[in-house]
Amino acid sequence: MSFERALTWFLRAYVGVVFAFVFIPIIFSLVFSFNSQRFPTIPLGEFSTQWYETILADPDVWQAALTSIIVAVCTSVLATFLGFCTAYSDYRYNFRFKGAYLALILLPPTIPLIIMALAMLAWFSRIGASGEVWSIIAAHTVLTAPFAMAIIRLRLNQMDENLEAAAWNLGASEWATMRHVVLPFCKPAIISAACLCAAVSFDEFAIAWFVSGLNKTVPVVILEIVTGNIDPQVNAIGTFVFLTSMTLVIIAQLLFMARAAKGVRQGAET
Amino acid sequence: MNRPEKKSFDLYAMTWRLPIIVWQTIFFVGPLLFMVAMSFFVVKNYRMVEAFEFTNWEKMLGRGYFWDSYLLTLGLASLSTVVAMLIAFPAAYALAFKVSDSVRRWAIFLLIIPFFTSYLVRIFSWYVILAESGVVNAILGYVGLGPYTMLNTKFGTLVGYMTLTLPLVVILQTFALSNIDTRLVEAAHNLGCKPFATVWRVVIPLAKTGLIIAALFCFILSFGDFVAPYYLGGSKPPTLPILIIDTTKSGQQWPRAAVVAIMMMVTLFAVAFAALTAAYRKRSRS
Repeated sequence: MSFERALTWFLRAYVGVVFAFVFIPIIFSLVFSFNSQRFPTIPLGEFSTQWYETILADPDVWQAALTSIIVAVCTSVLATFLGFCTAYSDYRYNFRFKGAYLALILLPPTIPLIIMALAMLAWFSRIGASGEVWSIIAAHTVLTAPFAMAIIRLRLNQMDENLEAAAWNLGASEWATMRHVVLPFCKPAIISAACLCAAVSFDEFAIAWFVSGLNKTVPVVILEIVTGNIDPQVNAIGTFVFLTSMTLVIIAQLLFMARAAKGVRQGAET
Repeated sequence: MNRPEKKSFDLYAMTWRLPIIVWQTIFFVGPLLFMVAMSFFVVKNYRMVEAFEFTNWEKMLGRGYFWDSYLLTLGLASLSTVVAMLIAFPAAYALAFKVSDSVRRWAIFLLIIPFFTSYLVRIFSWYVILAESGVVNAILGYVGLGPYTMLNTKFGTLVGYMTLTLPLVVILQTFALSNIDTRLVEAAHNLGCKPFATVWRVVIPLAKTGLIIAALFCFILSFGDFVAPYYLGGSKPPTLPILIIDTTKSGQQWPRAAVVAIMMMVTLFAVAFAALTAAYRKRSRS
């Protein structure tokens, strides 16, 4: 039995080591961003906000932040709309070639980003849209719509099939039922999906790098700085990106959990 | 039940069904098909001309450096998959069987965080940590070891791949292991099966499908990643994704880059097909 206990504690410690590996780069990036050294090492240099001052004074970074925000917001709206449409179609209807239909939306995340980037670059320059902000938005929408679809589809799973039918029986049209029954039911999942899509778009760099041209997003600026040399500005920008993404993810997560709790309550009431 | 009548053209149904078809046709299927077509185009005076010639295929596949790069990428991605699966398994095992439900939920939530922190920033962080005068060598220096060269080596590349894949692999393995029927594991115990034998002969076969899917995702991610081999591995010799970037960005040879991309897709399809066949095959008696 003591062997069993020892093994259990060994495994728990092991989990700690794995988590340390996962979080070391994130924590160090945060620490380095406040560190005065150009080549950070141990022992650490003095506390300094110089890297933050540098990036806040850089108009390119501001321009990139603006582009990133525009791209993320538009992507999240479009991807969530498309994701909702597809999730609802899958929930409500059976039709021919449904497998192919679902593959069409679910496949993009399984294709390496660098291949998508090349294909998008070639395609957008063929249709005369290379370097436009909206071409980044279109590409990011393809990439993130599957995530929105998955989240909203999970929520629709919790909806009683008779709920829509009841509304129809009471004389509501399909459109009215959508507006007054289905959409309110899905609202938390829709907001959650929008936040996640925005977060994914905000971090994506491969497609944005190939397609963006002069309209660089924040990750593309990071990529270019990193390619040049060691420059702790990257850590400062990274901290901002981290805070933005985490805010979005935590909002999404809170809605996800609130939704689960609500599901239980509704179950108890009926 | 008062289901709305079936019409020959159902406007309501089509409103929800069509948008994604239109969108993905223009912005997903279109680009991929165009890339295939582009691999037959020719470049004249730095301009791409539409054509149907096999020159790009002959040029790329006829050269040693493409195949060197191909085998290197295949080898690195396979190594990454094996290493990630081995590192992740004890952790996933612990999370699935040795902790409470709430700890498991928190662990999974924490493992999702890395997906939303910039991968580039994390790799840059490793770059600084692993440098000749970086944190790791500084710590090793205190105990009289090193300095070791870790950047621009296979080890550096592997650290990068782990940064990308390990959180996902741990999550997927934990799901795979949590879903198995623990009564079967207890039965094996009660019948006198030793702990390690139980893991090998009961737990792993039961979780096979999920484990193979975890490995497949790890392979796909590593195979297509250019950041780890570029920044931590030194980019020489180039892996296939780096080859695509070099050919596209500096050489303006988009059609040849398309050849590389198509070869990558074909390889990934073959690997995914093999993996999924293995994952869903009924277990034979043994």
